[in-house]
Amino acid sequence: MDKTPALLGLISEGSTHGYDLKHRYDSVFGTGRPIAFGQIYATLARMIRDGLIDALGSEPGEGPDRKRYEITQAGRAHLREWLQTPDTPSPTLHTNLFAKTILALMLDDDAEALLDIQRREHLSRMRELTTAKQHVSLLDRLAIDHALFQIEADLRWIDMTSTRLGDMRKEVRHHG
Amino acid sequence: MAETLIVAAGLHKSFGVTEALRGIDLKVNQGEVLAVMGPSGSGKSTLIHCLAGVLAPDEGRVVIGGIDVTSLDADQRAKFRLARIGFVFQFGQLLPDLTALDNVALPLLMSGVKRRAAAVRARKMLDRLDLANQVSKVPGDMSGGQAQRVAIARALVTEPSVVFADEPTGSLDSVASERVLTAMLDAVREAGTTVVLITHDPRTAAYADREVIVRDGRLSAASREALT
Repeated sequence: MDKTPALLGLISEGSTHGYDLKHRYDSVFGTGRPIAFGQIYATLARMIRDGLIDALGSEPGEGPDRKRYEITQAGRAHLREWLQTPDTPSPTLHTNLFAKTILALMLDDDAEALLDIQRREHLSRMRELTTAKQHVSLLDRLAIDHALFQIEADLRWIDMTSTRLGDMRKEVRHHG
Repeated sequence: MAETLIVAAGLHKSFGVTEALRGIDLKVNQGEVLAVMGPSGSGKSTLIHCLAGVLAPDEGRVVIGGIDVTSLDADQRAKFRLARIGFVFQFGQLLPDLTALDNVALPLLMSGVKRRAAAVRARKMLDRLDLANQVSKVPGDMSGGQAQRVAIARALVTEPSVVFADEPTGSLDSVASERVLTAMLDAVREAGTTVVLITHDPRTAAYADREVIVRDGRLSAASREALT
């Protein structure tokens, strides 16, 4: 996930401190992967430099930095553009698993076994995520569902490839 | 260490010239939820039909809770199934003219439980599956997910040792599937019931403790390795 526009989006909810921003980020986007304070302040500095936010001065209170930050007009335009720009689907066309499968076929290794092992690994991860999903907020469930659907897509590829191994073996050898 | 409830050894089953099972060995522990996965026609339905004593394998043995199911005749197997096994099917297969309460009470009545006691136990099981307000409805007046939870209540009401579920959420959307699976697994885990769950859906399999893959009538190599 691109952290800069995500942080910009959180700032656009209303002016905020770096300290509060970190906690807000962790509660919305940080499932299992909280953002470091260092990364928050480095990103805030970059956004000020690029004119996306303004620093409004410091005030007393909890936390190391009580400077308030507010989104600018340019920041809102940048955020809006990011929100409405589609991401490239499946950027990785040739994964490690694809390469392993093809090489196993070329080298006459056991491609079916490697797909089986990978399937087991994927199912094991799905099980962990499904267990985790039982006890979290709806927001975290959405994030976990996204991960589950992505793993499921891999599994569908594994299942389909596994039924085509015979034909693929012939084709790989033909190319050789 | 968990106690083994089901042991299947060397299962073979053919239909004419088609070999549906070609030597399956499998153990399932007491209280375990096992997902059986595999492509269509791989033999997974034949496997659970043999495990449940619905079909007799051509070769091999199935022992459930110390009883050799494969040594029983058809009548004895039917009695064994009624007493020890629950079934959940993809489309519930509830009796359409009976209310939820009567559907759930039915296996108890067939086992010789008195009507009043059967109704009390059926109501309690429906309540356990969050269906207290559906007791008087017939299946046609319920949502797919509610009807499937009634089917689960019917499978669990006799307090079976093992439940065999064949694509129990195959006819439901994702949200209803989650609700049905969570309800079923909460109830079986609380009761310590063993579940063998057929599914082609990895999201459903992810609710199980373990999965085995059936392919061409055999367990996949990774599944066999996981058993050793």
